[in-house]
Amino acid sequence: MSEATDIEDLKRGTDLVKRGFAKMQKGGVIMDVVTRDQARIAEDCGAVAVMSLEAVPADIRKRGGVARMADPALLEEIIDEVSIPVMGKARIGHTTEAQILEATGADMVDESEVLTTADERYHIDKREFTAPFVCGARNLGEALRRIDEGAAMIRTKGEAGTGDVNQAVTHQRNIQRAIRQLSGMAYEERDEWARKNEAPRDLVHETAERGRLPVVNFAAGGIATPADAALMMQLGCDGIFVGSGIFGAEDPEAMGTAVVEAVNNYDDPEALKEIAKDIGRGMKGQANETMPEEEKLQGRGV
Amino acid sequence: MTLVAGVVAVQGDVSEHADAIRRAAAAHDEDAEVREIRTPGVVPECDVLLLPGGESTTISRHLATDGIDAEIREHVAAGKPLLATCAGLIVASTDAKDDRVTTLDVLDVTVDRNAFGRQVDSFEAPLDVDGLDDPFPAVFIRAPVIDEVGAAVEVLASWEGRPVAVRQGPVVATSFHPELTPDPRLHDLAFFESVLA
Repeated sequence: MSEATDIEDLKRGTDLVKRGFAKMQKGGVIMDVVTRDQARIAEDCGAVAVMSLEAVPADIRKRGGVARMADPALLEEIIDEVSIPVMGKARIGHTTEAQILEATGADMVDESEVLTTADERYHIDKREFTAPFVCGARNLGEALRRIDEGAAMIRTKGEAGTGDVNQAVTHQRNIQRAIRQLSGMAYEERDEWARKNEAPRDLVHETAERGRLPVVNFAAGGIATPADAALMMQLGCDGIFVGSGIFGAEDPEAMGTAVVEAVNNYDDPEALKEIAKDIGRGMKGQANETMPEEEKLQGRGV
Repeated sequence: MTLVAGVVAVQGDVSEHADAIRRAAAAHDEDAEVREIRTPGVVPECDVLLLPGGESTTISRHLATDGIDAEIREHVAAGKPLLATCAGLIVASTDAKDDRVTTLDVLDVTVDRNAFGRQVDSFEAPLDVDGLDDPFPAVFIRAPVIDEVGAAVEVLASWEGRPVAVRQGPVVATSFHPELTPDPRLHDLAFFESVLA
C-alpha cells in the first residue's frame, strides 16, 4: 500500500480544481432555494446543487429595493441540511460578499446580475479566490471576459424571475453562433474579432479551436418547465439553473422532479411527454416582450 | 479490435470520461467506441464501463429508477471491467453510509462521502499508486474516502492513511478524477494491463 508522495505539493483553488468542480455539475439541475426545507425538497427531487438566496428572482422583482447577499446563517443552515453542493450569490463587483460566502463554506459563488450591482466598473477578481465562480453572459464577449477574470462556469443571463425562457434562448444562441463563426475564421480574423468584442484574444483562439467555451456552460434565467430545460439542453447547454420556476410552481416537488428528469431525457420526446404530464401549473411569470427595458436585469455587469 | 466503452451518462463529467477512454485506447492502438448509457439495454453491449464523477445522490437515483443498476451488476459479475471515479466510487460501493444514495454493491467498501470537506478544501496533488513508477497527478473534488475495505479488495493508493484507489476483481475505483488529466495510466491499470491483457 502506498502513501501520498509529498503533502507540500498539495494545491487548492487551481483552475483544474475549480473548473473540475463545475464539470461535476454537468447534466444536472441547480435549484434556487430560500429556506432549509426547500433545500431538502430540492435534494430529494435530484438537484445536483442548490443556490441559497434570500428571495427568488421573481420576488426580488416584486419587492424592489436593494438586493444583497443572503444572511450567512441561511447558507450555514442549508449546508447542514443537504449533502449536495451549496452555492451563494454575491453582488457584481462585491468582493467582500464573495469573501464572506467563501468563508461560510459556499462551494461556488454566483456573481449575479439578479442582485443589485455593487461596482459599476469592475467585476470581482475571481482568480484571487479558492472557491470557484459562475457568472452570467449574454454573448461570447461577455462570457470570455468573465472567464478571463477567473469564472469556472458560465451561465446565460436570460431574464431572471420572468418564467419566460426567450432571453436564455437568445443568449445561448448568441454564444453558439459566435463560436461557430470563430471556428470558421482565419487567425488574423479571430484577432480582429477579439478586438471588436473586447474579448481576451488567447481565450478567443482557445474557444475557436475547441469549438466550445473553455468552461462549463449552463442555462439560467426564465426556465420554468421541463420543456424549457430540455430546450436549453438541446441548444447545447451543459446543465440548468432553475430560479423561481420550482418553488413558484403549483407543486414544487412534482415540478422539481420533472425538470431533473427532463434534463436527463432532453433528446427523447416520448419520455418528455410522460415527464411533462400532470405536474401542476408552472409559475405565472411575465413575458419579456411586455417588460420595460429599465426593469430588465440582464444589462447589469457587461 | 474495437473496444465498446459504455459511459454512464446520467449526470457528471461524461464527456471527460469519453475523451479519456479514447485517449487510453489510442495509446494501445485500439479504437474505443463510446456509448452513453442513459437507458437500459446499452450496458450488455459494452466491453468496459465507466462510472463518472458527479453527484452520487443524483446518479444513483436514476440508475435505480431505470433498472440500469441490475445491468451493471451483471456486467461486473461476468468479470468485465469497470472504472468508477469519485461519485462513481460512492455509487459502486456496498455502503455509502447515507440513505440518500442507493449503492450498486459491486465493490466491497464502506465510503465516507465528502470526507475532505467542502469545495474550498478540494485539491490536486501527486499520488503514489501501486503498479505505477511515478506519482499520479490526482485531482480530488469534494472527494470521498474509503473507510473499510473487504477481504477481496486491494488498496492501490492512500491519502493520509485512508484508501483512495482500490481494485476488486474487474472493478477499479478512485476517489480522485483520472479523467480530468491527460495521464492515461489509471485507465491502463483498469482496462489494458490486467483484464484485457
